[in-house]
Amino acid sequence: MELLSLLSAGEITSVEVTQGYLDQISAEDGAVGAFLHADVDLALSKAAEVDRRRQANEPLGRLAGLPVAVKDVLCDTQMPATCASRMLENFRPPYDSTVVAKLKEADAVLIGRTNMDEFAMGGSTENSAYQLTRNPWDLERAPGGSSGGAAACVAARMAPLSIGTDTGGSIRQPAGLCGVVGLKPTYGRVSRYGLVAFASSLDQVGPLALNVADAALLLETIAGHDPLDSTSLDEPLPAYSTLVERPLEGLRLGIVREHFAEGLNPEVEEAVRAAVAVYESLGATVKEISLPHSKYAVATYYVIAPSEASSNLARYDGIHYGHRTDISAMQAELATEQKAFLAAGDQIAVDNMDSPLVRMYRRTRAEGFGSEVKRRIMLGTYALSAGYYDAYYLKALKVRRLIRQDFDAAFEEVDLIAGPVTAEPAFKLGQMSGDPLAMYLVDLYTVSANLAGLPGISLPCGFTTSGLPIGLQLQAAPLAEETLIRGARMFEQATDWHQRRPEKKQS
Amino acid sequence: MIEIVWFLNSQSAKVEVRKWHKSMAEDFTTVIGLEVHVQLATQSKLFCRCSTQFGAEPNTQTCPLCIGMPGTLPVMNREAYDLALKTAVALDCEIPEFTKWDRKQYYYPDLPKGYQISQYDLPMSSGGTLAISDSQDQFEPKQIRITRAHLEEDAGKSIHDEANGKADSEIDLNRTGTPLLEIVSEPDLRSPAEAKAYLQELKLLLTYLGVSDCNMQEGSLRVDANVNLHLETDSGSAATPIVEIKNLNSFRAVERAIEYEAGRQYRVWQETGQKLGEAPKQTRGWDDAAGVTRGQRSKEESSDYRYFPDPDLVPVITLPEQVAQVKASLGELPAALRQRLTTDFGLSEYDAEVLVNQGRALVDYTLRVADLSGDAKSACNWVTQEVLRVLKEQGRSIEQFQEQSVSSNDLAELICKVKSGEVPSARARELFDVMAREIYVSFEDKLSFEEVVKSLGIEQVDESELIDLCKELLGANPRIVADVQNGKQQAVGALIGQAKQRNPNVDPGQIRKLCLELIEQGFGSAE
Ligand SMILES: [Zn+2]
Repeated sequence: MELLSLLSAGEITSVEVTQGYLDQISAEDGAVGAFLHADVDLALSKAAEVDRRRQANEPLGRLAGLPVAVKDVLCDTQMPATCASRMLENFRPPYDSTVVAKLKEADAVLIGRTNMDEFAMGGSTENSAYQLTRNPWDLERAPGGSSGGAAACVAARMAPLSIGTDTGGSIRQPAGLCGVVGLKPTYGRVSRYGLVAFASSLDQVGPLALNVADAALLLETIAGHDPLDSTSLDEPLPAYSTLVERPLEGLRLGIVREHFAEGLNPEVEEAVRAAVAVYESLGATVKEISLPHSKYAVATYYVIAPSEASSNLARYDGIHYGHRTDISAMQAELATEQKAFLAAGDQIAVDNMDSPLVRMYRRTRAEGFGSEVKRRIMLGTYALSAGYYDAYYLKALKVRRLIRQDFDAAFEEVDLIAGPVTAEPAFKLGQMSGDPLAMYLVDLYTVSANLAGLPGISLPCGFTTSGLPIGLQLQAAPLAEETLIRGARMFEQATDWHQRRPEKKQS
Repeated sequence: MIEIVWFLNSQSAKVEVRKWHKSMAEDFTTVIGLEVHVQLATQSKLFCRCSTQFGAEPNTQTCPLCIGMPGTLPVMNREAYDLALKTAVALDCEIPEFTKWDRKQYYYPDLPKGYQISQYDLPMSSGGTLAISDSQDQFEPKQIRITRAHLEEDAGKSIHDEANGKADSEIDLNRTGTPLLEIVSEPDLRSPAEAKAYLQELKLLLTYLGVSDCNMQEGSLRVDANVNLHLETDSGSAATPIVEIKNLNSFRAVERAIEYEAGRQYRVWQETGQKLGEAPKQTRGWDDAAGVTRGQRSKEESSDYRYFPDPDLVPVITLPEQVAQVKASLGELPAALRQRLTTDFGLSEYDAEVLVNQGRALVDYTLRVADLSGDAKSACNWVTQEVLRVLKEQGRSIEQFQEQSVSSNDLAELICKVKSGEVPSARARELFDVMAREIYVSFEDKLSFEEVVKSLGIEQVDESELIDLCKELLGANPRIVADVQNGKQQAVGALIGQAKQRNPNVDPGQIRKLCLELIEQGFGSAE
């Protein structure tokens, strides 16, 4: 990475680099809204420390002095972790997530916390309780989500690297819509310890960057087995940052028949097909494959993810930490209600009134969660309820297995699967706010990788005539991140889509 | 749910009609199943590294994980699983190769995550047995079936402070996440005495295995009882609705609560005729002071726990070889020991029970003494009579006793010397008491067996010496000789006392025998 070479060569200091990005944040973020929190003093003092240690020839970490933005869902003892929710507005984690700990160990400068959909639930970052994030390519449009801030800050050059999380496409989709590179690793490749859970069996942390090599470097920094996460894989960690520069020979590229069905925007289709042609020109053989169960992926996802979410979010009950409703207001409400029932002579209603504890739970959660989070908690609670469990949750688990089997069969024949990230380029803010189902369908091409636990990457492969970025998605077999990044880098080296940048948004 | 399944199972089992409640006119059988929660003796909690020590200041043994902080992840404590496995194997349970963790979901302030990590449909063990018997013959020996034993984490403790007109609740999360083994029996128990025997036998087994301290006061062993009645009526068999009794803080409480509950259910049955299935399962709490069970408000619409597999944990795989290894390492368990003590060592069932109930260390001591002395019967008698008496008097443990006072070697030597006559049996107990009284801090200070014998002036008395002594006593006590000749044999007792005063090492039985023989021969008669 060029910036890193300059830093280690001493041609530029970390304070200069960090200050440069902080200046860019001051200049751009008023319009973009990517950051929820940036601690200028903390960032500069870390940068100064790295500079001092470099001067003293002390050993330094892999990312020494390089600014990295972190999605507001990974615990860091020095930062808030709101998950863009009112529920955790004042939450300061007492421990570091493994990913943050690894970044600190690498001497990265953690420059700020990026906006997201509340608890990572959404595909536009519009579900943040705090602010809108705008797409740097068109401020009227959404950056995608849920890692919208993570993608937008890289696109607007407010951070060279950023950390996102991907449960159903939350790294790849905003990366695609913002014209940057975003990688979702194999489930278990990166520790989830300290990642505030949305859907535990699907969540995965991954890098966003301006190019594949930078993403590979960041992946290598954060990946690896973690004894604190039982689902973390104890597998050797390849040196992605060097391997990335080796093009794949005899690459077998798969094209999924179902990806080019009705509903795909013609400009997106054209860009993706052109990208496939680039691979052919680089010597790849292209094979059409079928993932017959992929049509059930969104439905399966929207049973499994909300089920797990309904359980993971039960802990936000106002008892031990986080938002709690105003107790005296709650008690006054109960007293008023009781009085009214008594006045009406309705003893049954009095007997059925909430206990103060139950009313506290209700009000706390009603106030603390936004509507999309509530919607998913209700979906999941329903799916796990007695009498529905077999029909929804258990069936979804079975379909999930079939989806994985489709991929296993496909990866017998091909090394990588190429296709679109989303059916459409970035949509207008508010365009889908009244239609949650349309919003869910945005995940069409990305959720399968989460359900199957596969790695996937989104990288720029073109622009619409109106100037919006188009993303190419590549997927690989479990743990085949090396193939994924080498294949992605090949394309990037042969094209210059990733070098375009949005106009400055001077406010 | 589970309780209903039990009921169905028990329908097919032969129903034993035993009337233990004498005041009941009609025949009914009390059907009891027990759920026992055992706190496993691990250093740390089930999914984090916090200590499980009892009695610490509230909320000092907590970490981000066990207070349910966002982003924390559970990691299974292998020690807890191993202890659970040991117990399940000892209960003769089937151990499946694959077991998983589930979330049991409900809202309560002492459950910070909003769910308890437990095991639902694929528990770590199922289908075991525990044999119970009663040396007092209150019931026939029987096998109690174990439905399952599974691992789960404990919840915290709510402390309700309703003083000063306030209704404040305080939560202590020290206990949150402590590993519990829930052992569920089939409804095979038929009386309070059987329930108590089951609990005692289970506790003894757990103690032998060293998997729990079973301290009920500290909540290391908690019992819930599911009770209903099976009745024979003119119109056929019937059963009353099942009641789960909670808050049972001692085995005595379990006995009393079941007894009370059976009577209560019988009265309700006579009043309402309500049968199983006609009323929902009820939870009642035992009020020990008042001696009654009371209906409890059911937990807030808690019937649907929305169990599902915990995605943060991986399944546990246990291969048959591992199970075999655990089985081989268990050592001799209480039932087998009792069996051996009665058949091989000739102990009465009662003595065998007394000995085994004292715990493994005492049994081991006894077996070592038996082995070293080559006289198992004497070894058992010495331990059950003398050693237990001294331990009780001194309030010492067998470990302290054998280390500081009478080692298994010492006792074995005593037994051998008595047998060979080197130590007169008349002085054996006195010798033992002296040895037992001494508490040696170090091995070097310890007097040897011979030294103690010498210090007490104990020595063998040969028969000629005894005859001389008897002759002397008879000559000096013509009245006694006369009394004996007139048929009052017990008069010789006074001579035994005198003999012992002259020489403490004499054997009273022998003195008595010799004196009577000499009188018979005409010695000491007034000619
Ligand atoms: Zn803990």
